[in-house]
Order: sequence, then structure tokens, then C-alpha cells
Amino acid sequence: MLQARHRVGLVFFPAYDWAIHPQHPEREERLLYTQDQILEEGIFDIEGIFEFKPDPVVLADIQRVHFCVPDPWTVATESHFISAGGAKTVGMAVCEKRVDRGFALVRPPGHHAMRVVHGARGFCNINIEAIMIEFLRRKYGIRRVAVVDTDCHHGDGTQDIYWHDPDTLFISLHQDGRTLYPGSGFPEELGGPNAFGTTLNIPLPPHTTEEGFLHALHHVVRPVLAEFRPDLIVNSAGQDNHYTDPITNMNFSARGYAELTAELGADIAVLEGGYSIEGALPYVNVGILLAMAGLDFRHVREPDYDRHQIRQSASVTAAVHQVCDLVLSCWQKREKLRERRLAEGNPYRRRRRIFYDTDGFSETQLEEVTPCGHCGGALRIDSTSDRGVHILAVHVPRNACPSCRQQGLAWYEEASPRRFDHVFLQDQTNDRFETKPRDAARP
Amino acid sequence: MIIGLDVGGTHTDVVLLDQSGLLRQAKIPTDPEDLFGSILAALEAVTAGIPPEGIRRIVLSTTLTTNAVIQGNIPPVGLIVSAGPGIDPEAFRTGEAYICVRGSIDHRGREVEPLDEVEIRRAAERLRREGIRQVGIVGKFSVRNPAHEIAIREMLGEGFEGVFLGHRVSGRLNFARRIATTYLNAAVYPLHRSFFDAVCGSLAEKGLQLPLRLLKADGGNMKLEASLEAPIQTVLSGPAASVMGAVAAAAGEDDAVVMDIGGTTTDLAVLIGRAPVLNPNGITIGAYRTLIRSLETLSIGTGGDSAVRLKGGELVVGPERRGPALIFGGRHPTPTDAMAALGILPHPERRRAAEGLRPLAAGLGLDVEALSRRILETACRQMLAAADRLVEGINAQPVYTVHELMEGYRVRPQRLLVLGGPAPHFAGTLAALTPLSVRVVPRWEVANAIGAALARTTCEVEFFADTEQRLARAPAENFHQPIALPYGMQEATAQALALLREKALARGANPRYLEMEVVEAQEFNMIRGFHTTGKNLRVRVQVKPGLIHGYDELLARLAAPAEAPPVRTATGP
Ligand SMILES: [Zn+2]
Ligand SMILES: [Zn+2]
Repeated sequence: MLQARHRVGLVFFPAYDWAIHPQHPEREERLLYTQDQILEEGIFDIEGIFEFKPDPVVLADIQRVHFCVPDPWTVATESHFISAGGAKTVGMAVCEKRVDRGFALVRPPGHHAMRVVHGARGFCNINIEAIMIEFLRRKYGIRRVAVVDTDCHHGDGTQDIYWHDPDTLFISLHQDGRTLYPGSGFPEELGGPNAFGTTLNIPLPPHTTEEGFLHALHHVVRPVLAEFRPDLIVNSAGQDNHYTDPITNMNFSARGYAELTAELGADIAVLEGGYSIEGALPYVNVGILLAMAGLDFRHVREPDYDRHQIRQSASVTAAVHQVCDLVLSCWQKREKLRERRLAEGNPYRRRRRIFYDTDGFSETQLEEVTPCGHCGGALRIDSTSDRGVHILAVHVPRNACPSCRQQGLAWYEEASPRRFDHVFLQDQTNDRFETKPRDAARP
Repeated sequence: MIIGLDVGGTHTDVVLLDQSGLLRQAKIPTDPEDLFGSILAALEAVTAGIPPEGIRRIVLSTTLTTNAVIQGNIPPVGLIVSAGPGIDPEAFRTGEAYICVRGSIDHRGREVEPLDEVEIRRAAERLRREGIRQVGIVGKFSVRNPAHEIAIREMLGEGFEGVFLGHRVSGRLNFARRIATTYLNAAVYPLHRSFFDAVCGSLAEKGLQLPLRLLKADGGNMKLEASLEAPIQTVLSGPAASVMGAVAAAAGEDDAVVMDIGGTTTDLAVLIGRAPVLNPNGITIGAYRTLIRSLETLSIGTGGDSAVRLKGGELVVGPERRGPALIFGGRHPTPTDAMAALGILPHPERRRAAEGLRPLAAGLGLDVEALSRRILETACRQMLAAADRLVEGINAQPVYTVHELMEGYRVRPQRLLVLGGPAPHFAGTLAALTPLSVRVVPRWEVANAIGAALARTTCEVEFFADTEQRLARAPAENFHQPIALPYGMQEATAQALALLREKALARGANPRYLEMEVVEAQEFNMIRGFHTTGKNLRVRVQVKPGLIHGYDELLARLAAPAEAPPVRTATGP
């Protein structure tokens, strides 16, 4: 009988009765063949692999991370509550040391969901990793967390949520934003002024194979992780880098995913994208599970796998090396780069337009963060969607220093409910979420 | 009249009943060296003087295959395994003659790599050379397309006694379990066959020529002929017999936990209404995880004869047994002795029990009466904790749809049904410790045999249709057919139910009262690119375990309170 070297907790939630719409890549069928493969391989019978039933998240779990407009029930379905709950269930099992590692093999995904949520972007409504991480921090006192996003698309939602958080290292490896949605994730995106350098982006050219990914892992991700010393490593484990994926252009194999998983050694992996539902996902997921369990994955192979056909070209290799060198030097020179950025202008304010491709509308944000050397800073977000909803959202981070917290509370106090459709306060220092009542408007 | 017979490890229980009631019952010691003799003696005990033509049905539950597997008393079996990519099939090796060959099928039943005939003929040659008579053939995803398994059997040639194909074991996915189950079928086949040939021979001599039925681990029965194709399905039928006996006593409106309390162990199961909860995967026998449908059960090492001792100043009951109770001549105190000391179990050796418990009592600073209560409470708490674990485990079984997760059925037991030798003596203590209403199953001493007698014929069919490939398949039922479009869930369900009906009747079900149900019906649109290319339909239908029709009067009589022994309380009010 097979015995796992590391105990692995798995939540499998394929949501067989939920789809964005019937023809959408994010549809009922997505994990069907993965289930077939996992069952047929007898993965759940491996000694040391445990399958858990997910508990859906509660409202407070979502509001600890997001400002949902007008509320979480409107922007998310039960299915999102369950997939976030799957990540949370797995995270709890890891933090309580019931298992060594966890894998939330769930849908729908979440890494394109930002702090303010007016609707769905990139098939995502709420950020299931961030919801899990903030819950684990609250419940188990975990501080330093690293998120390594290996989905083919830039994890712009997770980047947004942790942009100002010096305790969260976010590293995204993805297909170059000039060639793929969401069009962001360039090396110069390094985080807000209070958390400069704890956001790192490694855009890779189309047709990169696992060779390129493993190079990035060895030459950037590993050394940065070693220096950052996280208490917890989370892998946003998208599977859309596969050579058969219909909506991307990379050349990853199942075996490559398994190797990446084994070498990264994340505590928790959470499924993100991956839409080659027959040709890739069944094999990739078996590979990932075996790798997490510390078992032999050398026999995992796609039926049509041909090593020569997907070999990485010399020009791709050169481009990968170049971008890796650049990102590593950004990390090493982050102090100097930060000073230069401060000299160039005011990085404490930014104005952005955010496109909700899945739902088809835009949002304009004016964001302000308090300058601080002690905490991530309080955040004031004035956001208007072109559906005509105008909100003010104030975020006070977990480890807010007294003066930043005071500023945050003052912003909330000052905001007139007449000017905004909704005024929200997310005070992580005491885990409270408040909405200013409309009739509280002072004359 | 019906005979129900359950061969247990220590006793063989047998009943003769008809629609009006329980006519005869007997309990004789089992001779583990001579199960055949035990069965005949038990039959003799209830049939003496009964005209054989009045007997319409005999259902047997035996430990024959279980013992063979647990004791490793099985002949060499050859296995030919074609896996393809994935987990290395070496991990599932069953013995010396385990041969991995080329060839693979994918999750939709498409061939990925062909078989190599030369390699297979060489493997067959080797098995013949080694004198192996029983062979199993198992392919990964053979339940989606059995073509490779069937071809391998063709290539195998002559000279083997039993050849078992993996796809016939069960329609469920699980390659490792398919290997183990096929292996076990091949392994117990010669023993099973010769044993029941002998039983049938003896019955015929007595004028009993009706088809023998065997109880299965899922609490249903099948005809002996049907068992020859899958003899391992008769494994671990004993616990199922007891649970079916409890079903006879279940009120049926609410959920219940069944506790079969024995000397060494207590076996627990759960009823939803009158249907026992099934294990979602398959039974585990010793080191083998299988695809054999079975009841969801939990067994703990607490029973009437569990050893009682002090460990670090704490009272410990079980999990091991160190011989019989003091009152039956044993040398270590047991819960049975505590019952005798308290007078719950009237016994002439009551004083011996009290004497034997005294040192333990002194060690805890208690008198014998208080200690005896503490022993029973400790044992009962262990049983109730196990009941909680079992129910929690069932409610924690993962589900894969939003609907089931949010609104799925949660088991909330209201009753506790206890049976087995010491059951009535534990019932009072259990009742004092649990909010559930505790009931001793009527005729608790032979409820297992009653369960065997009244169990209906059960079976399950897994059915797939793939409209892109224009194929409908149920390989375990030897069924595959092209389909005509349009084809949808209605057609799939109808075909699956027709197959189920056919299978149930072949196994001996009563066509007039066939209760079939659809357990799962999933329909997926297959989209490739931006076009719907077909539908993937998956249907699981079953005849679930339950009791045969026409015995309500008997059940009512059995369930009448007057026939149940009184519940005595050991713990006070
Ligand atoms: Zn993606
Ligand atoms: Zn501060």
C-alpha cells in the first residue's frame, strides 16, 4: 500500500451544479475528468492523504478582506462561499498540524478578485486565497505569508490586496501581460511605498516550458523566500500553463507541474485557472497530489505528451534568464528603488481604472495610503463603477500603528453618506466591518 | 418457510420463520475447523420433522471467505495488469505472479496505447509453467472500456480454472481496489465453489433442492450461482446480518444507530429510516481495500468480555480480550462480571465476580458496586463515542455539488438499537448516558439470523453514456451499445434501470416487489472550443438493502414490546 511521506489534506469541490454560463470555460464539466482520474488512481486511498468536506466561509471571512458592493451576497454565489471555504478548511488542517500540506482543488477561482469587488473579473468574484490567509492570521496568529502565484495569468487581485502589506510577499509567475489577460504584472510593479519590494512579478514569454519556470523558481523565488522567511507559503496553483490549455500559450507538462510543486514545497496550494479539462487537468492534478505527498510522480504523463514538440527554444530561454536577473536585482535593490520612486512623485496616492471583463464594466479608483514606517498604513479608497455606484472604503490593517488607525477611523467618520452610495470601514485591528447608515447623515 | 443462518466466529445462529412468526431458533457452537459440519448441524436443529417442500428459501451468511482471506489460506493467483501512465502499478502488487503489461485506456475509454500480444502470451506461458490455475486481468479505466481486458483473456489461451476480469467486479472507478478485488475473487473461488457444492449436495440429500442464497456485505443476498462470478462479495456478511436484524426492529420514521455488542467487539452501523447507510467506497478486509459494496460500519474493541484493568490509576476497558469472564471460569475481570456483581445479569457465580473485582475496586478506593457501575459506564461511553464518530464520519463525507453541500441530508439519530449477547445488560447503562432512546432488538440473540432470512436481493449498476462517442456503457454488466440521438438523461436512466432489473432478477429478486432507485444522475455538456460536442451522462441505480416483502405481520410481532426483554438500569434514575 502506498504511504505518503507528507500528510496531505485535500478539499475536492468541483461544484458540478454551477457555471458562469453553460459554454464558459468555468463550467460544471471543468473538474469532471480530474475526478475520474483521481478516483481511478485511488489517490484517496493513499495512506496519509485525507479528503475533507469544506465548510462554507461566513460573511465575516469575506468582509475581513473585501469591500463587496453592495454586499457579499450580491457579488458572490453559494459556490464562491464554498470554494473559499475549501481553502479555509485546508488551511485550518495545516495550521492545526492535522496534515503537513493542503490542497484546495476547488472552483470557482479567485486570484483576479481585488479588495473592492463590484462584480466578476477574470472568472473571479472573491479572492479565496486572501480570505483563507486573513482567516488563518486571525485565528492562529500567523504573520508572515508568501503567496507564489503560478497561474498563467497575472494574479492581479491578490497583488492588489497585498500591495501595501509588508508582511505578505507576493510573487507572480505568468505569461507576459503584453500577450495575455489581464495585461499587468511587469517587473516594475513592486508594491506600495510602505511595502515596497514585497510584490514581485516575473512575466515569462509565450512558449516557456517547465525549464523556464524551474529556472525562475531556483534563481528568484527560492532566494527571495529564503530571505523573507515566511511562516506560511501559499501556492496559487493555476494549471493553465499547460501546453494544451485553450486560452494561453505556454508549454508546461503534468510532470513539470509535479516537479514545480515538489521543489516549491508550499504549505498550501489552491487551484486557480486551468481550462484544458481533458488533456491537462486530470494528469496535472494527479502529479501535484503525488508531489505534495512526497510520492513518485515519474510515471505521470499526458497521453499525447511529446517532449521534443514542446522543447523550450533558445530565445525563450534567454528571455527568461533576462527577466529573472532583472527581478532579482529589483528585490536586492528595493531600498534604493523605493527612494528613487519617492523622489519621482507621490506614490501614496494612485488613480486607477479596473476592468471587469467577466461582467463587462469598469471601475475608477482613487486610493490613498498613510505614509508609515511601522505598518502597512491605513487605506482610503474612493471607488466609482460605471454602473453608477460610488463608494468610500476605509481599510485599517491588522498591525496598524495607532496613528494610522486613527487616520483610518477619521476618514470613515468624516465621510458623508450623502456623497456616497455606501461608506465602509474594514478595521482589521479588531476584526470589525462597518457600514455607515444612510440616515446617519449629519445636517 | 424461510431459513436464515449466520455462521459466526463462536456461534452459529439459525432461525426458521414464516409470515406468521418465528417458528424455531437455535444457537450452536461454531467449529472453525468444520464450517460445513456447523452449517449442517444448525440446519438439522431447525428442520427436524419439517417437510422439506415447505421451505421456500435458505439464506446463509458464512465466515468461509473471510477466514480464508484473513488467514491467508489462498492458492497462488496470477495477475495481469495493464496500467499505462499514472501511479506505478508495482505499488499494488498482490504476489509473486503479478505481471504488468503494456496497453492503456483513458478516462473516456479511448485507447492510448495498444496491447502487445507477444508480451501477453509470454505472461500466460509463465503462469502455466508455474502451475497457476486462477488468474485476474485488470486494466486501468477498464470500467470505461473493457476491450483490453477481454482481449487479454482471449490471448491467455487454455489451461486456467478461473479467470476473473476487473471490469466485472464493479462499475466504480478505482484501479487499486479493482486489482485487489479481482485478486480476491480469483483467490477464494476454488474454496467457495467446492464448499458450496458440498453444502448443496447435503441439502439435496435431505430433499432441499431450492436455490441457496448467500448474504453479502451490503446486507442483501444473491443466489449461489450468481456468487460464482464474484465469490468475494460474500465476505464479512456477519455484521450485515445483524444490521438487517435490527432493521426488522426499526420503527422506520427516524434515523438510528445499531450496536451489535459481542464478547470482544461492538460493531456499529447507521439506519436512515429502514435503510442501512452504505460505505461509499467498498469494504476493507485485512490489508485489502476492495470495491465490494458494504454497509458503513465501525468496530471497536469493547464488548462483554473485554479485559478490565487499571493503567496509571485509570480504569481501562478493552480493547483486548483475555479469555472468558470470571463467572464463566476466566481469570480476568470483564464487564460481564460487573453485570453479574450488580445482579443485572443473574448468575450463580455472582460472588466469584465480586471477589475478582475487589482488588480493582481497592485500587480505585471504591466498593465493588461502585466499581461495577464505573466499568459499565466506561464501556458504554466508549460505545457511544464510537456512535458519534460513525455519524460524524457519515455527515463529513464530501459532496460535489453546491446543492448537496448546502442542503444535503444530515444524519441525526434518534434511536439506539442494541443487539448481540450482552445487549440487554448494557442497555440500561447506555440509556442513562445518551439522549437517544435505547431499544433492545427483539430476539436479540438470533436477530442476525432473522436479518439473513429476511434480507432482500440487492445490486447496483453504474451506467455511462457519451453522446459525442455515441456510446452507452455499463461494462460491469457486460453492456455496451451505440446510441441514437437525441439521447438524454431520460433515456440513460431508463436503460440503467432496465439493466438493474435484469441483474436483480438474475440474482434472485422478486419481480413483483422490486424497489429500484436512482442514486446519482449527472449530466454534463461537453464543450470543445466554443461548441457543445455532446453530453456526458452518468447514472447509478440500485436496489438498496432492505427486507423482503410480505413479512409485516412477523415484524409487528417481533417488535411487540412484550417480546422484548425489559431494559434494566444499572446507573440509577
Ligand atoms: Zn489563469
Ligand atoms: Zn502606521
